[in-house]
Amino acid sequence: MTDAAPPTSASLRQAVESRLKKRHAQELRFRLYGQVAIVVALAFLVLLVGRIVAQGYTTFIDYRVTVPVYVDPARIHADDIAGSNFDVMIADQVLARLGTKDDEFGTRSGKVMQILSNDLGFQLLKKVRSDPGLIGKTITVTGPVKADGALYYKGEIERSTPETERKLDDEQLRWLDSLKAKGLVSSGFNVGFLTRSDSTEPEQAGVLGAVVGSAMMLLVTALLAVPIGVMAATYLEEFAPKNRWTDVIEVNINNLAAVPSIVYGLLGLAVFINWLHVPRSSPLVGGLVLALMALPTVIIATRSALKAVPPSIREAALGIGASKTQTVFHHVLPLAMPGVMTGAILSLAHALGETAPLLMIGMISFVPGVPEGFTGAATVLPVQVYIWENASERAFHERTAGAIMVLLVFMITMNMAAILLRRRFERRW
Amino acid sequence: MLTWVALLALALFSGATFFAARRKALAQADGKAVGLHSLPGYYGGFVALWVGAPAALVLLAIAGFGDRIEVAALRAQPAAAVQAMSGQQQDVFFDDARAIAEGGRPSETIYEGAQKQALDGTVAQARRLGRLIGYGGVAAAAVLALAGVFLAYPKVRPDFRARNQVEAWIAGLFILCSVTAVLTTVGIVGSLVWESWRFFQAVSPIDFLFGTEWNPQIAMRSDQFASKGAFGAVPLFAGTFLIMMIAMMVAAPVGLYSAIYLSEYARPWTRAVVKPMLEILAGVPTVVYGFFAALTVGPLFRAGFNGIGAMLIGGPFDGLGQYLSQVQNQMALVAGGVMGIMLIPFVSSLSDDILNAVPQSLRDGSLAMGATRSETVKNVVLPAALPGIMAALLLAVSRAVGETMIVTMAAGLQAKTTINPLDTVTTVTVQIVTLLTGDQEFDSPKTLSAFGLGLTLFCVTLLLNIVALRIVQKYREQYD
Repeated sequence: MTDAAPPTSASLRQAVESRLKKRHAQELRFRLYGQVAIVVALAFLVLLVGRIVAQGYTTFIDYRVTVPVYVDPARIHADDIAGSNFDVMIADQVLARLGTKDDEFGTRSGKVMQILSNDLGFQLLKKVRSDPGLIGKTITVTGPVKADGALYYKGEIERSTPETERKLDDEQLRWLDSLKAKGLVSSGFNVGFLTRSDSTEPEQAGVLGAVVGSAMMLLVTALLAVPIGVMAATYLEEFAPKNRWTDVIEVNINNLAAVPSIVYGLLGLAVFINWLHVPRSSPLVGGLVLALMALPTVIIATRSALKAVPPSIREAALGIGASKTQTVFHHVLPLAMPGVMTGAILSLAHALGETAPLLMIGMISFVPGVPEGFTGAATVLPVQVYIWENASERAFHERTAGAIMVLLVFMITMNMAAILLRRRFERRW
Repeated sequence: MLTWVALLALALFSGATFFAARRKALAQADGKAVGLHSLPGYYGGFVALWVGAPAALVLLAIAGFGDRIEVAALRAQPAAAVQAMSGQQQDVFFDDARAIAEGGRPSETIYEGAQKQALDGTVAQARRLGRLIGYGGVAAAAVLALAGVFLAYPKVRPDFRARNQVEAWIAGLFILCSVTAVLTTVGIVGSLVWESWRFFQAVSPIDFLFGTEWNPQIAMRSDQFASKGAFGAVPLFAGTFLIMMIAMMVAAPVGLYSAIYLSEYARPWTRAVVKPMLEILAGVPTVVYGFFAALTVGPLFRAGFNGIGAMLIGGPFDGLGQYLSQVQNQMALVAGGVMGIMLIPFVSSLSDDILNAVPQSLRDGSLAMGATRSETVKNVVLPAALPGIMAALLLAVSRAVGETMIVTMAAGLQAKTTINPLDTVTTVTVQIVTLLTGDQEFDSPKTLSAFGLGLTLFCVTLLLNIVALRIVQKYREQYD
């Protein structure tokens, strides 16, 4: 029959076929745009993570120098141990090992102190103070190489850079080389980065204080935001009558979820600090602010988890004589729990990475230790990242990327936990 | 310390009344729960709540505010020697007096003569007051707890509707929790409006909103030149707008196209791989993006533009070359571009949900008519999803306007009104952070201006959010 098609139909077919090519080309182009968009988005992710790992992995390698030091009775006085200069004594003995001597102005020992951490002196001081009998004996101490020296070992400071433009001069680089050649320098996993707190010296700075601070703050946030949010959501979803008041509350919660985080910081500054006098930069005030911030997201997540529980469950419970409250507590909430916990973990993970509101409430201070308590000064991981990023010393940039890696590990762990929880307990009705 | 011990004792006492009341209810029904109106536990819970809750509130109030009552009472009638001190010295004085009274560590200030006498007097008074408040609170709590026992315990009878009473308590607690959300809003609006009000008494709102110069400097001395500072926020709004536009230019196309691909073309396994990856991108803290912008993208772009500039110098575009070779790290393009990357997953996941909500029957109808997939998307799916997509983009704009860390770390501090993406601009959020980090006095317009900016930011984001919700409500097509 097609053979006998009228000529109008044939010309139509021809017209359609000639357009078809164009349309298919368009189709391919459109699909390509979509693919390119996804590749671009994923490329950004790879670039971001790759760049941070590339900058930060060296943080986890450290260079330690081990030197036997003769505690010279001529320099260390038993009656004034704390007042003696251990650093210079160590520097002089290291110079001797390097086959040279200090000049009369102390320039060379000063230069040695620029490549060896003063942690060596501290350790020696501590040992001698606890046992003054060590004076006159030889003690072996191990401590980090100063950050600039470590950067040289890691290849970040290069010999090819003109001497005036790098922090270490040729002589110091030669010493570093010969220290390494003599086997006095060893490298390994940087345990100190995970067991020390912030310090003004990059090689002695670690993230422990920030990790503990973050944990304490998150504990406050979780204890406040999760119960209050779950109860509020349960009320709105299960008990509340539909009237103007509950509408106001609903609109309110949706709007609160879109308020920029920095506004919560302003709220914390004005209400918690200036009005209620909660101690500044404490985990308590940080946790309070983040709890208010996390509350709307916890409420929204809980409500959708409650909505997913089918009405038949409630009707069955009510039908055999349970009260409304018993229905909710014995049946609806337990069934909604996996969804609730997933939402709660995700909003806590978000709170863990939040920085801006914490800057408002004074968390930006230098805290060289683990926080003393919920009302003591503390710093948290993302703020530590911000503080180190602002530091001028180059070695801190490496630490910043290292701290970000620690932060990302925590974030990804929490997100994975949420996903696993969802997979494990998710129920289709 | 005393208060916490009292709280523990109260908890034990309240627990004891729970079991006592439960036993009484059971005993009255001859040990059979069937004879009771409610389950026995509800009788116990009813008494325990009346015993424990009011008293616990009193004790918690004492634990939280006892110190402040004490300080206020101490300061009510200071001795003459104390009145002679400056405000700051008085603060130190009272802190020291309380520290000595409580066995803490006072500051190293030395008080002599009349001051020493005043200190001793205040210390004695602080000790007295501390005891008074502590024991008074415990006594009040004890009275309340006993009153609870005497009022609630006799009510325990088989026909008493204990469950309804306990459920009323629970409902009250639930309502209190949902009111917290409203209280947060009240707190935000209240604190922003209050502090901004103080700011607008020093600087007129007209000057603030329409002034074109931003230079929030306050002179140390009143006779100093330029003692007023300039608080015109237009350059900040312009900078925020510029960075937001750049961010949306990156986020909107990439986010939208990836959402379209994921919802219309991608095979299930592609979705299963790409979606979690995008979720990771969405979960990266903004401070990380800030670090990436400041230390990677910024220097890279500067080097690139400087290189192009160096090539152009001497040629026909000499002026442009000169300009490009002096471009700084903190250009708007860097902060905006990285912010755009941050917003990609936000836009794409919102749009993905909206596209998935368009019924399959529309697509099937269009495909059956002979349209290609892309024609279906462009002529059927997108028009149907348009209100939702507009709302998603508006929410992304609201996020971009309120975003703080990326701009704080990667944008500049100079307030400029420009649309040149290679220039350094500053934003509202950057200025809030700059004005409020570090120690500042709380009565200078400089510090208070941060709250004026915060109020503006809050209003703008709220407006965007409301408009987005309205668009969805008004123009959404109801299918099925």
